Amino acid sequence: MTSPPDSERRGDLVVRLAGFGELLRDAGLRVGPDRTIDGMAALGCVDIGDLDQMRDALRAVYVCRREEIGIFDAAFDLYWSRPGSSIGAGAIPMRSRPLPLDPEKARAWLARLGLPESEIPREQETTPRVASSSGYSAQELLRSRDFGDLTWEETQQVRHLLRQAPWRLAERRTRRWQPGRRGRVELRRTLRRAARSGGDAVALERARRRIRRRPLVIICDVSGSMERYSRALLVFAHAVARRERVDTFVFSTRLSRITHLLRRREIDDALADTAEQVHDIGGGTRIGESLRSFNRRYARRVLGHGAVVLIISDGWDRGEVAVLEREMSRLSRSCHRLIWLNPLLGSDVYAPEARGMAAALPFCDDFLAAHNVDALDELGRRLADLPRRSLRR
Amino acid sequence: MPDSVDEVVSRLGEQAYLCYRRLATAILVALRIGKPLFVEGEAGVGKTELARAMARLLGARLIRLQCYEGIDLAHAAYEWNYARQLLHIRLLDASGGEDARAEAERDLFSDEYLLRRPLLDAIDNQDSVAPVLLIDEIDRSDEEFEAFLLELLADFAISIPELGTVRAERPPFVVLTGNRTREVHDALKRRCLYHWIDYPELEREVAIVRARAPEVSERLARRVAGLVQGLRGMDLYKLPGVAETVDWARSLAAIGSDGSDADALESTMGAAVKYQEDLETVRQAIPDLMRDQPA
Repeated sequence: MTSPPDSERRGDLVVRLAGFGELLRDAGLRVGPDRTIDGMAALGCVDIGDLDQMRDALRAVYVCRREEIGIFDAAFDLYWSRPGSSIGAGAIPMRSRPLPLDPEKARAWLARLGLPESEIPREQETTPRVASSSGYSAQELLRSRDFGDLTWEETQQVRHLLRQAPWRLAERRTRRWQPGRRGRVELRRTLRRAARSGGDAVALERARRRIRRRPLVIICDVSGSMERYSRALLVFAHAVARRERVDTFVFSTRLSRITHLLRRREIDDALADTAEQVHDIGGGTRIGESLRSFNRRYARRVLGHGAVVLIISDGWDRGEVAVLEREMSRLSRSCHRLIWLNPLLGSDVYAPEARGMAAALPFCDDFLAAHNVDALDELGRRLADLPRRSLRR
Repeated sequence: MPDSVDEVVSRLGEQAYLCYRRLATAILVALRIGKPLFVEGEAGVGKTELARAMARLLGARLIRLQCYEGIDLAHAAYEWNYARQLLHIRLLDASGGEDARAEAERDLFSDEYLLRRPLLDAIDNQDSVAPVLLIDEIDRSDEEFEAFLLELLADFAISIPELGTVRAERPPFVVLTGNRTREVHDALKRRCLYHWIDYPELEREVAIVRARAPEVSERLARRVAGLVQGLRGMDLYKLPGVAETVDWARSLAAIGSDGSDADALESTMGAAVKYQEDLETVRQAIPDLMRDQPA
């Protein structure tokens, strides 16, 4: 450990560190001024002549989740390692860690740090994500597709109706207790009452299980065959997400989580972001593969607390049926209720003959239409009526 | 208390806990600035073990709180001993008297009737060295409990309405762990230092197996660690952690195998692979994985 730097150097360091906080904030980390205080304290514990120790100490302070580690390291490289200065052994060269800054800000930062423009980590503005390893890159249209160009004459009215839809998600009994009129006797409050009335337990205080809304997970197909519906369905997902605890995913050939994109208040902004960041919109369909990656990457994180899962797809699957079957089986076992919405179900002549649909059907608790607002209302009623207790299947 | 990153690494090593410098740095900072350490990582990378090793290193008592949905103050912090309180009231009733009654009310909610649960124990105790408090799998609890922890972790104090605020004289070293079964609220994380524990590299994993299971030969440890590293590259529902590597190596050592025959591997792989679907996948892949191993 080094001796604490004298006050002048210390003052310099505080300013530098506050600047670093700004850079992290611009890169999307939630960094408040309090972090700078902690950061200074952390730097006081390590040898700040050693860049690696400095990096590790600051990382522990500024990073809050795994996803932020890469961003932090990129920002650290940019901010603390002067180009040309010897970067500690084992440090990764700057370019391999893109920093998510918008170009405007990136330029401003480079100017401020006295770095040449060539240091701009540009990957995130230009590089399209490359298609996943197997399959449908031919059908998959790897281009940024503007949702706004899709025709949906009644979009405005539909939006309005969806926003008004009165339905709410069913509730479930949680394991937490709260005061209530009936239920288990709660001794603590009974006793306090008793003490007040001179030692006699006049009335028994009781507690019952708290009731909470169930979380909802929407997994929406945005492949080519769903084109006519996907915009309206995303509007639907957005409307629900404004009121309930919802995690939203879209897929065509691979799965993307768009929960954070739908948090934007204006639906148009949310859709624009989605179109920009999800690159396989309008591509082929691989339901099985997509559910597989859901099961593996997200299920344990988002399916807690008796979640209801809503899959929205026409069931035209181009992948292997066996995969779809296996993943549906797994998914149905790990959620409270699995509901499949099929927009095609609305047409009179439709029977679930699509191979994928037929394979998936046995694992669904409900199979409902989703082609118009009425159908979504029906869904709402169904969701509101789910039982509070868990059910055996 | 350790003084440098190197010292943390070496002293944890003495406790059979091998860690990278970046984790050691986080620990050092947490110890020195008195903040809780929030460690996340996949299952079985040694999050809980870290707290145990820290307790041994500091010569402190380990207080463990396992979280679950619905955990509340009564289970986590304190509870009044109702049975004794009732008894006390009855006795006083018998003796009667106005003065006695007033006194009774004071007595009823005194230390004597308090049942100490892990959190209260951690901040209010007679230990000569401040204990290590492990709050395990915080992501299993719910938002209400997180909110309660905010107060505790910021001030190392618990307010008990009937008694007043209990504040820690010497704050415990707090380790929180999470598996990310749920995203923990940022407000809580901001009160902590954060560290993500990754799977270790091959050499490190071999060393960990050897440190944790001395009965396992170098050769076997290397073979099993190599296999598990291979499994982590596969498409499994649940990837095996370091704990699983150790278990698997132990199982093989127990049946006297050196890990070179596929039958022994198959019959013991339940130690590392815990889903039926995964077992099937791994069974088919074992010959390939073995071929990739150095002889």
